[in-house]
Amino acid sequence: MYIGLPKRGGRTLATKKSVDITDNAVELIRLCACVLRDDIRKRIVKARDLEPKDRMSRSVFVALLENAEIAARNSIPMCQDTGMVIFWVHYPKGLSQGELEGQLKKAVGKATKKSYLRPNTIEALTGKNPGDNTGEGTPVFHFKEWNKDHIRVDLMLKGGGSENVSAQYKLPDIGLSASRDLDGVRRCVLDTVFKAQGEGCAPGIIGVCLGGARDTGFAAAKEVLLRPLDEKSPDPRLSKLEEDLVTELNTLGIGPMGFGGKTTVLAVKLTTLARHPATYYVTVAYTCWALRRYSMSMGLGKKGGVRYD
Amino acid sequence: MIRIDLPTDDRTVRGLKCGDYVEIFGVLMTGRDAAHSYLFKQHRPEFVDRLKGTFIYHCGPVVKRAGDGWKVLSAGPTTSTREEPFQAKVIADYGIKGVIGKGGMGQKTLDALKEFGAVYLSAVGGAGALAAASVKKVRNVYLLDEMGVPDAFWELEVEAFPAIVTMDAHGESLHKKVQADSERVFKELIEQK
Repeated sequence: MYIGLPKRGGRTLATKKSVDITDNAVELIRLCACVLRDDIRKRIVKARDLEPKDRMSRSVFVALLENAEIAARNSIPMCQDTGMVIFWVHYPKGLSQGELEGQLKKAVGKATKKSYLRPNTIEALTGKNPGDNTGEGTPVFHFKEWNKDHIRVDLMLKGGGSENVSAQYKLPDIGLSASRDLDGVRRCVLDTVFKAQGEGCAPGIIGVCLGGARDTGFAAAKEVLLRPLDEKSPDPRLSKLEEDLVTELNTLGIGPMGFGGKTTVLAVKLTTLARHPATYYVTVAYTCWALRRYSMSMGLGKKGGVRYD
Repeated sequence: MIRIDLPTDDRTVRGLKCGDYVEIFGVLMTGRDAAHSYLFKQHRPEFVDRLKGTFIYHCGPVVKRAGDGWKVLSAGPTTSTREEPFQAKVIADYGIKGVIGKGGMGQKTLDALKEFGAVYLSAVGGAGALAAASVKKVRNVYLLDEMGVPDAFWELEVEAFPAIVTMDAHGESLHKKVQADSERVFKELIEQK
């Protein structure tokens, strides 16, 4: 049985058949892989201007900006590692999650053919690369039904190098003298960024989840990075720690690519999840300077437009 | 800016020092995780000729079919530390004169650079489109079917490929220095409060 969407003015806003997001999702993938977000570009320009003219650190930022231009102009991936493909999908009541999933998978295949994505999927046991980005558990999907009448798809392309330096802590942690409080969280984030050095393509953008389970912690630490770069946590305790951490982390002097310099992170974003009494996880998701993520909002039916941001 | 023509020799690379900006011309070979494991596990004589005197580039490119051949679209560096268990032996056994990557490598590789006369060069992570602009031609690809696009050996002809020497053949490592400096700050921050 198919349950229709709410009607407006006596007309069906959308029917199940009318929704096909495949080609729009291909465009979303292209944007993500090839076009540097403007909010990030502005921060890179700022970071460049902080570095003295003869420094290696400055030459890195200059290269990143030049790279962004070439990539956007020619629709070629900014970085050859087009990452793990992660989708967050919000959809109105009545749409089929399975169909949306199928369309997004198809979009990933098409984007791979267009070389917006590198064939990045490797079978765990055999080491075989099927070449089309299909595989068990990939791409990654997070679906949620919501009360709005449009679909929103958030996409993140998460590079492997930065994924490797991400970390999860269980507090208390004796080595870090980290107890179950915000100072403990602070210590974990300092530890992750220090250990990462230049390996995760610093300057990093850091998502942190306090609480949750092992699996949900990482998902939330990544999801918090979908928030606008300039938006602080709505909780004043967390927003203060976000600010303090950016300042402290930038005193580490690791700099872009670990060459030394004033900017080691571009932003830190914190979020929380309820936890079990026995566990207190601090999960730190490290992403590279580019934070490749875009969002697509799509209305349904004939009047449906699409917006990318 | 120092020009390096590949293949190169011991004298040239020993003349380089940490902090030197170079432009690379000639033929180099990509090789990352599967490639290093392949060269390490067993001696592959056919790769000695291909690698002797050249640089190995930690990179898994984005490529596109172009007629009978390939075009490289994006080709920045991948994280080098994963090859730390293999790199010293691969340098020694195949006569590689340089390693290009990102993030730097460890003491074992640094020692091998000194012993066998080689350098480690950093390219800019994430600047794949810019790096690909220096790739003029795909000469060959080895083990593509077995390893897939990112992991295969891509033999690339490059022109003015930009990189910075960050570990030299005299035991100097920028990465070691930044690590030590940041560790002092890290310890101070952790001891606070």
